[in-house]
Amino acid sequence: MTAKTTASGVPYDAQGEMTDQARRDAAMKGFVKEFGAVAASHLESCVRCGMCSEACHFYVATGNPAYTPIHKLQPFEQAYKRHAGPFSPVYRLFGLVPSVTVEKLQEWERLIFDACTMCGRCTLACPMGIDIAELIKKARHGMFKAGLIPDRLQLMDRTARAWGSPATPAEDFADIIRDTGEELGVPMNVDRDKAEYLVTVAPAELTEHTKALADAAKVFNAAGLDWTYHTEGFEASNIGYLNGDLELQEKMTRKLIDCAVKIGAKTLVLPECGHAYGAARWEAARWYGGEVPVRVIHMTELLAEVVNSGKIRLKPIAQSATFHDPCQLVRRGGVNEAPRDVMKALDLKLTELENTKALTWCCGGGGGVVSNTRADPIRYKAFELKKREVDATGTQRFVTACGQCRITLNLGAKHFKWDKKVESLLELVADNLAD
Amino acid sequence: MTLLDFARGPALQAALVIFIIGALWRFIGALLLPWRLVPAQPREGSPGTVSAWLKGMAVKMWPHEPFAKHGAFQFINGYIFHVGLAIVVFLFVPHILFIQGLTGLSWPGLPNSFVTVIGVVTAASLVAALLHRLRSPVLQLISRVDDYISWLLTFLPVLTGLLATAHLGARYETMLALHILSICVFLIWFPFGKLMHAFLFAFSRGMTGVRLGQRGAEL
Repeated sequence: MTAKTTASGVPYDAQGEMTDQARRDAAMKGFVKEFGAVAASHLESCVRCGMCSEACHFYVATGNPAYTPIHKLQPFEQAYKRHAGPFSPVYRLFGLVPSVTVEKLQEWERLIFDACTMCGRCTLACPMGIDIAELIKKARHGMFKAGLIPDRLQLMDRTARAWGSPATPAEDFADIIRDTGEELGVPMNVDRDKAEYLVTVAPAELTEHTKALADAAKVFNAAGLDWTYHTEGFEASNIGYLNGDLELQEKMTRKLIDCAVKIGAKTLVLPECGHAYGAARWEAARWYGGEVPVRVIHMTELLAEVVNSGKIRLKPIAQSATFHDPCQLVRRGGVNEAPRDVMKALDLKLTELENTKALTWCCGGGGGVVSNTRADPIRYKAFELKKREVDATGTQRFVTACGQCRITLNLGAKHFKWDKKVESLLELVADNLAD
Repeated sequence: MTLLDFARGPALQAALVIFIIGALWRFIGALLLPWRLVPAQPREGSPGTVSAWLKGMAVKMWPHEPFAKHGAFQFINGYIFHVGLAIVVFLFVPHILFIQGLTGLSWPGLPNSFVTVIGVVTAASLVAALLHRLRSPVLQLISRVDDYISWLLTFLPVLTGLLATAHLGARYETMLALHILSICVFLIWFPFGKLMHAFLFAFSRGMTGVRLGQRGAEL
């Protein structure tokens, strides 16, 4: 792994020993594999109106035209035209569309990884309905093959491949669960042979948010559900999904589903993590090779289920609050009302942000951006959009349902010395269970 | 053979052949690529494939409020020249007669003077769109030669049509021939550039409609 700079002064990271030609060819092969009918229809339809720019938090926060979402796809689009589009033989024959150069790929690394959280707000803004967020995810597949991703993400990738989690080796998982349970006085279930619910975790919950492990347990116990954590399928944040490492994405997905099937679980519960939901709820079938035989739900949906069905009762908090909608859960996932149902049950008087639900501003750290320190300056700029909207609500509490959003927003709060604590919906529920 | 005979005859025929073959080629080339659909369990209560597709097409007719606010000029101006072009092309009586001559199909038109006014508004709107493209840093960055060619080839038929109607610029027959020739060039370019969005939008919007619609997400 080496940090380098292009001739035009753009920093990039490169992994592996490869010639420029081999790197370029690997990227092209990765791109071409992604050009199906849906991607083609989207790449063919752009009218270059630029309306996606105003939807992107990085463009709006910095005013830099390079952050226009469709521009971030330029090498991907060029590869499509030259190698896969309907007129590609003509373009190649007459040299009308040149080959993508390795320099261009190096330069675009920061646009595809640092300056895109795959939040999909641009997708909603596009009058042609082009799913730019999905195309960026596909472009990352080729970039990963070329060894052109930020080193920080590559490090997480290697760790996840070796350990089964970017946070901790799988063999330590059960101990972390038991230790957390003992420390917080919460009965834990781990590695049970059979259970109705397989409960999974996000990396931050194994490091700085360990209380969330006990919080989930408290809720499941209070609701009287038959549940377990499990060493063979615990890590839900799919690093492969973020990095463009399809092999790892498949491996991580299969682990969860296989474990759920093995223990006879009917429901796989994903943690408070947005991209975990994108990977497991909407893409698992691709890797499982057909319909997934378990129900896959987010922790927020589980909370709404146990609250709405009366399986748990909550003490009223009776304060004002606002809610940050995690992009992958709400805009890209359709879980619009579940968090609001839970907040209502907690008697939190909700004041919506100016841009809310599907139109919410991203926290700025999704898609691996929060782990990629190179992106810190623009991430902090994007954070200011959210900060302004939260301040405008004048509410007492600021709640979200994604650990990565929480980390990103809390980093922003620390950076700007903002006295707002970003709270987890799960934690609020666990802390306010009625006896 | 006069220039007008050439324009109405072989030029238009050749242009239509290229238009049809080119458009079919582009459609087939894109849609014959693998579909690779991910059969995720749709959210309960979400629309079926056909209604999600149609909803995707319909919803994108109008931007969400925050985007409408920032893109008001483009959005409104875009509607003006699209509707203007549709009126001028399909509701101008001489055009209807021309199409009737080619296909036998006919429908009622609007008064010529009204359509002429619409033509002037459309031309002005197209000029405004070009100026916006030239002045916006975002559009400067993302624009390609195709954008300018497509603009020019859309503008020229409007301009020559207005000149022919007003008997300006050249002898009427010559200007009419130039008008038809400009349409021929427009048709020839159509399948190769962004003008194809006139057909492709249905697929692009529809596919996103299905992807997000089945998740129960907003479009």
